[in-house]
Amino acid sequence: MSEQQRGPKPGGHRGPMGPGMSMPAEKAKDFKGTLKRLMGYLKPRKYQLITVFIMAVLSTVFTIVSPKIMGKATTKLFEGLMTGTGIDFEYIWQILLVLIGLYLVSAMFSYIQQYLMAGVAQRIVYDMRKQVNAKLSRLPLKYFDSRTHGEILSRVTNDVDNISSTLQQSLTQLITSVITIIGVIVMMLTISPLMTLICILTLPLSFVVTIMIAKRSQKHFKSQQTSLGHLNGHVEEMYTGHKIVKAFGREDKSLDEFNKINDKLYDSSWRSQFISGMIMPLMSFIGNIGYVLICVVGGVLVTKRTIEIGDIQAFIQYARQFTQPIAQAANIANMIQSTIASAERVFEVLDEEEEVQEAANAATIAQPQGDVRFEHVQFGYKEDAMLIEDMNIDVKQGQTIAIVGPTGAGKTTLINLLMRFYEINDGAITIDGVNITDLKRGSLRSMFGMVLQDTWLFNGTIRDNIAYGRAGATEQDVVRAAKAAHADHFIRTLPDGYDTVLNEEASNISQGQKQLLTIARAILADPAILILDEATSSVDTRTEVYIQKAMNELMNGRTSFVIAHRLSTIRDADLILVMDRGSVIEKGNHEQLLEQDGFYADLYNSQFSGGGVRKEVV
Amino acid sequence: MMKLFRFLRPYRIPIGFVLALVFVQSLSDLYLPTLMSDIVDTGIVQGDTPYILRIGGFMLLVAAGGMICSIGASYLSSKVAAGFGRLLRGKVFAHVENFSLQEFDKIGTASLITRTTNDITQLQQVLIMILRMMVSAPMMCIGGIIMAVSKDAKLTLVLAVAIPLLALAIFAVASKGIPLFKAMQVKLDKLNLVLREGLTGIRVIRSFNRIDHEKERFNEANQDLTNTAVKVNRIMASLMPLMMLAMNFSTIAIIWFGSIRIDNGHMQVGSLMAFIQYAMQIMFSLIMVSIIFVMIPRASASAARINEVLNMQSDIKDAAQVKQANRERGYIEFNDVTFSYPGAEQPAISNISFSASPGETTAIIGGTGSGKSTLLSLIPRFYDVDSGSIMVNGVDVREMAQQDVRSKIGFVPQKAVLFTGTINDNICYGKQDATDEEIRHAANIAQATEFISAMQDGFDSEIAQGGSNVSGGQKQRLSIARALVRRPEIYVFDDSFSALDFKTDAKLRAALKEETTESTVLLVAQRVSTVMDADRIIVLDEGRIAGIGTHRQLMDSCSVYREIVSSQLSEEEIA
Repeated sequence: MSEQQRGPKPGGHRGPMGPGMSMPAEKAKDFKGTLKRLMGYLKPRKYQLITVFIMAVLSTVFTIVSPKIMGKATTKLFEGLMTGTGIDFEYIWQILLVLIGLYLVSAMFSYIQQYLMAGVAQRIVYDMRKQVNAKLSRLPLKYFDSRTHGEILSRVTNDVDNISSTLQQSLTQLITSVITIIGVIVMMLTISPLMTLICILTLPLSFVVTIMIAKRSQKHFKSQQTSLGHLNGHVEEMYTGHKIVKAFGREDKSLDEFNKINDKLYDSSWRSQFISGMIMPLMSFIGNIGYVLICVVGGVLVTKRTIEIGDIQAFIQYARQFTQPIAQAANIANMIQSTIASAERVFEVLDEEEEVQEAANAATIAQPQGDVRFEHVQFGYKEDAMLIEDMNIDVKQGQTIAIVGPTGAGKTTLINLLMRFYEINDGAITIDGVNITDLKRGSLRSMFGMVLQDTWLFNGTIRDNIAYGRAGATEQDVVRAAKAAHADHFIRTLPDGYDTVLNEEASNISQGQKQLLTIARAILADPAILILDEATSSVDTRTEVYIQKAMNELMNGRTSFVIAHRLSTIRDADLILVMDRGSVIEKGNHEQLLEQDGFYADLYNSQFSGGGVRKEVV
Repeated sequence: MMKLFRFLRPYRIPIGFVLALVFVQSLSDLYLPTLMSDIVDTGIVQGDTPYILRIGGFMLLVAAGGMICSIGASYLSSKVAAGFGRLLRGKVFAHVENFSLQEFDKIGTASLITRTTNDITQLQQVLIMILRMMVSAPMMCIGGIIMAVSKDAKLTLVLAVAIPLLALAIFAVASKGIPLFKAMQVKLDKLNLVLREGLTGIRVIRSFNRIDHEKERFNEANQDLTNTAVKVNRIMASLMPLMMLAMNFSTIAIIWFGSIRIDNGHMQVGSLMAFIQYAMQIMFSLIMVSIIFVMIPRASASAARINEVLNMQSDIKDAAQVKQANRERGYIEFNDVTFSYPGAEQPAISNISFSASPGETTAIIGGTGSGKSTLLSLIPRFYDVDSGSIMVNGVDVREMAQQDVRSKIGFVPQKAVLFTGTINDNICYGKQDATDEEIRHAANIAQATEFISAMQDGFDSEIAQGGSNVSGGQKQRLSIARALVRRPEIYVFDDSFSALDFKTDAKLRAALKEETTESTVLLVAQRVSTVMDADRIIVLDEGRIAGIGTHRQLMDSCSVYREIVSSQLSEEEIA
């Protein structure tokens, strides 16, 4: 008397939902191809999987055989009673012994199967995650810039998880379901073809009911999903805009709107729950019809001596086993569909175009000087919209280049090109005379030190965060860098000093302090070329002065690209690049640009001398 | 979790019906084996076919009755669970709408969103599982035991041994597995964290050449997670076989001991068959309960989070007797105001005193963390001061109705927030009955007309959620227009020009100047050029006033101000 293996689902986030609670599954675009590819992951473990398969078959077969044997015991009992010869305990004992053996073996096989599958499924998922992560590290920045983090994250976690729980549960469930259905039919046929026919008659009925209900509930589930989406959207908007809602006194309006959506959600929610909840009672009713028919027909047949009493008992058990896998079939089909869709999304990542390969004999520059040249550089994020056309600049070691322009003018574009985060469309960028495409990426990037506006720190100690600048940095190196960045003092005032662990959002230190840490990190890296991206804009004014000093020292003798907001930096720069809407529109030094009386002059006047523009406006 | 079930009170009657219906349905399920045993013991033994058919018909009736009850229960429980969800969601949302910013800071916006949405959905789902399965399980269990005892009390002893054994097996596996499940969740979070860091820091990682290091970190987390997952699944692998063994062995025991009792004439074969089925029903109900118990810890974590929200009371409430403040227009006065964020060691601002009158512009400048935004957010009473007082038109803001204070203020936040809807809707947010002319005027002053008319549907263009289809500068201009359309007594600009390019910034400020001749303007800015012309500049340094006065006065008297200026302006401009 065995049920299918339906333990609480380990590893899955779906939670144990009852049958019929399933959401409409997404469909994969190329079901067959993806399935085939997913199978490829199973191949290296085919021996284990074959073992799992054999175990599943054996365990199921044994559980299928046992009701018939148990029925024999009942029959013997009944016979003994009816004929009045007394009960043949010897025979019953033997049968029970066989049963004990069968159950033990079946349980053992079922355990081994689950045990092995746990290893196989998790290993496959492990490989997949590793593969995707490795792939991500080879993808160009273009990929990341055109997608939200959430989208990428969900492919590595949710989708892979989805595959994991399907492998762990549904796959073996599918196998056992199929075997159970076939096995049960065979067993029933050996007992009584007539009763088997009666039992199978209830089958189409269950199918029709399942399909009808699934169809109806899907509609409501869909509208439930939509309302839920609206509700989440509204809540998100109102909460993130809480300040504004309050400032403009719109709490009541927002509540009205919420209640409207909430009512709609309620409506579709109870409908979908109710309709899908009908599956269980209906199925069990159909099951009961079968049960009654077996009792009645079986009873009549027994009185006619066509079958034995134990056969009825066996049949009752078989009938129960029979309806179970069918009710599950719809569920499993749904799950497999959504798994294939998940796998497809994962494979999409794996198929993305990678960064351009490094040249076979890529060079490294042992002692970089920091001469940078742009020769006829052409670049655009899209093929048909060039941002930079024929740009030529020549930067000598130790010079400072200020990049100026309104926010969103695309100042990061230059950084993207210098570090080869993006490939240029035409022309060449050289460092110390070597084309950067001929350099190893690692070697190229190690020449740069970068302090970005959005400070990036990871969840770890302050020491580790600074030491990130250079692999193998010693304690003294870290402290020296921190001192140079004027970070040493504040770090020592923290309760755990250098061992303070930054939390996930690094919200336990201020924005300014974060900035100091990233500066220390750049100082430690000791690069030949610096890229400073509005580095000090959110450090408070006094600290800013100190940082400026440290920066000036750091910039001394190094080629520096500064996304500048500070007038002194701009004026003293050897070259100013003025950017607007993604492209470089003017270049030259301060005096030259002022003379041109173009965009830069305009900008300079409006920002740094109060008067200029206002006169023409008023 | 029990605490939250107080919200089930309005559903007492339907829940009562659900219980009754489930009870009847359980009874019908239990009655079927009894009828079957009648078929065997009477019908078959005596070869009485009409009797078998009669009982069979009766069984069908019982089964149909059970189904009707079960569908009825499903109908009611769906309504109850969905209604519970709706009620709770509404309560939580309404409650959160009353929160001040203080409570938002405490829990965090993202977490509040999850609590209002996912956590409640989770609870709703568990509730329906409880109503559908957990209610019927004990009834089946108890009913099964009663029936079993009534069939044969002595044979029930088998169950007395088997049930504790089964419970013990479930408990043993669960107590090993559940802590590992929790550990797995932690490790999964860790993996996500590493991954997320890898994404946000991608430029830094690549520029420092630490790709391999990050890969290493990911693989470690991945390995760790996989090991635990394998362990958990291997432990759980033993659960089902164990439960099956317990059930199957008790069946064997029942047959053995049952046949002895039959031999002695204490029992009939049909009763034995029925007894086996009762035993199955009892044990299945136990397994059901154990499955649901797995869900409960997760649901109760959700419930605890929701409760935390509901128990949090906003400190900022309207006084019982609110005062009007309409005798004057646009006067603001800070009297020795000190305020600290909850849990902070030092006050964010201390001993701030100044006053502003209509037609004046007061600018606030200072480094990050010097308390500029904090100062502004005290005026609309987003927070309450610790000591001192803030007067609007001569009345303490704490004595006025919150709605009333805020209706006098046109607030433009640092981070421009727009809502889904048209541009018109967004500007109208400031004044619900604004005419087209007013809207266009506000947009004009905010320098927004140009880009709005360039959009396909002009003022009727839709803003996507979070304003993702307009640029940062456009967002700021729209949020300025939203404040302008109110024509408020007091304008509060919290660094609201930062995303504008310099030309637009200058134009906007010039246009604003004409618009706000009768209002008080308070603005926070980073650029000296923005504040230079203000009637009064307040220099904040670590929460204290370091200087107050005009640009010229401050240049002479305030060293902090001079430092700020010299970092931004050149010598000749300072002079």
